[in-house]
Amino acid sequence: MLLVVEQFLNGLQFGLLLFLLAAGLTLVFGIMDFVNLAHGSLYMMGAYFAATFVAWTGNFILGVLLALGATLLLGIALEFVALRHLYGRDHLDHVLATFGLILFFNDAVRLIWGPAGLALPLPAWLTVPVPILPGIHYPAYRLAIIVVALVVALLLYIVVMRTRLGMLIRAGASNREMIGALGINIKLLYTLVFGLGAALAGLAGLMQAPILTVQIGMGENILILAFVIIVIGGIGSIRGAFLAAIFVGMIDTLGRAFLPDLLRQVLSSAAASTAAPALSSMLIYLVMAIVLVVRPEGLFPANRR
Amino acid sequence: MKAWLNVRAAVAALVVAGLLLLPLYTSLSGNVFALTLFTRIVIFALAAASLNLIMGYGGMMSFGHAAYLGIGGYAVGILAAEGVGSGFVQWPVALLASALFALVIGALSLRTRGVYFIMITLAFAQMAYYVASGLARYGGDDGLTIYKRSDFGGLINLSNRVQFYYLCLFCLFGGLYLIWRIVNSRFGMVVRGLRSNEARMQAIGFPATRYRLVCFVIAGTICGLAGALLANNTDFVSPAVMYWTRSGDLMVMVILGGMGSLFGPVIGAIVYLLLEEFLSQVTEYWAMILGPLLLLIVLFGRGGIDGLLGRFNRG
Repeated sequence: MLLVVEQFLNGLQFGLLLFLLAAGLTLVFGIMDFVNLAHGSLYMMGAYFAATFVAWTGNFILGVLLALGATLLLGIALEFVALRHLYGRDHLDHVLATFGLILFFNDAVRLIWGPAGLALPLPAWLTVPVPILPGIHYPAYRLAIIVVALVVALLLYIVVMRTRLGMLIRAGASNREMIGALGINIKLLYTLVFGLGAALAGLAGLMQAPILTVQIGMGENILILAFVIIVIGGIGSIRGAFLAAIFVGMIDTLGRAFLPDLLRQVLSSAAASTAAPALSSMLIYLVMAIVLVVRPEGLFPANRR
Repeated sequence: MKAWLNVRAAVAALVVAGLLLLPLYTSLSGNVFALTLFTRIVIFALAAASLNLIMGYGGMMSFGHAAYLGIGGYAVGILAAEGVGSGFVQWPVALLASALFALVIGALSLRTRGVYFIMITLAFAQMAYYVASGLARYGGDDGLTIYKRSDFGGLINLSNRVQFYYLCLFCLFGGLYLIWRIVNSRFGMVVRGLRSNEARMQAIGFPATRYRLVCFVIAGTICGLAGALLANNTDFVSPAVMYWTRSGDLMVMVILGGMGSLFGPVIGAIVYLLLEEFLSQVTEYWAMILGPLLLLIVLFGRGGIDGLLGRFNRG
């Protein structure tokens, strides 16, 4: 029981983290029609910035806020210098250009921070276990991730659905020429959206950093997961991304936690312990394949143009 | 009538002649490294050419093409580990396994379009990657060492560098010839037509998915051959050859060389791998140069190298 609750919360926490990453990706994708493989690099940069700034300032919160700002600026700079020239081009051009950016960021990080990973130590007040149910404790930091991610998700929803900026963003997604013709500075809007996506990726990266180590290439595996999520959820749909992210987070975490035991019921224990890790890694891709075969446009396709 | 003597044809001829004469140069200069490097390049050129068949001519942007490299490689590796050393068994199995995989994932993936297609092919390749990582009996994550290269009796000795190079080159030219014949056949016309305007082709009465699927399977099979060659070249196969960045490399080669041009992917593979090799000798942080270079190529060099060469003709 204890284990089930804990793994369930872990799944929720991982899913929410994935949502932060996927939300930026799906915004950029839905609005600019831009495939950004370098989104994972921004996630990595967020983690590296956080590790650096926290060590520098000695204050966790201050360091994290600085890192968020730095990732936002990096995203805006990236969009301004290179990526805005690629809007409206073929998706393949996006793939090639941002693949180049991944190569660049990985080696730039290796040059600046060295090949060894960094650690982002937590302050003492975030390491205590918190009682959530009678007799069940859960690490405060993971609980904090859940809360922060939920707040950010709510804010995102309010910004996109209830503010003028969000209205422009949605309008830009459904018809970019029209909104440009109405006198909206579409270039500035795009830069803002890209920066927002970068900051969300950075936030996901720096929140994940204390749980895993900060290392080169950390963004690549999780980027693929984020793509899986936006494809399952339907490209351009934030609601779809949210539900799909929780779903994928749960499947991945619960699969890793319980699949070995389940397999042991049917297979010999040696066979089960070798097959389980591969099977649980495959599980989400399997789910995605099934979703796409049944619903080729994802589960919650965004409004058609 | 088109002039035969244009820059594009001249470069292609130079590349062919260069590749054919390379062993002569290496035996005269004693530069064995160049031969090893170019064996690798030729193998990747074959893989890139097969990707070009579906991506450049068929408009199917597969982001999971490296899966076939792994499947072809593992077919050779697993058979070798089980004591089946004959290439006459290994290679057909490698081709068949790749074709079968392409048939299954093609049938499922081709239901989707555009970015969804890119992502679903990627997902299937990742699945193959994790299956290979889970093959504990065959090395799992660490990969599988192949102690003896495929045995073709007295016909050809794969352990001889020069013979192996020419075998790879033969496969490359054979693959290119096949692709050229396919593209210019009625079948190829249909596939290219589907890329330009699917609705019209369907209105004429062509079953779109069936034609695409056959094309997809052919490309996968050719890439499986490249995988078998690659495993023999490195005497090793590991899940890493199927990782998604490998698929990205193949895509870069095709786009860099020029999509939908017969020799484009070959030139792309040569340039990309030579650049990688050259830059990694200059600096440890070669990707910091290669990455922005790719970005610049996308920004300013549309149509890849082949597109640039084509521009000479008009200018």
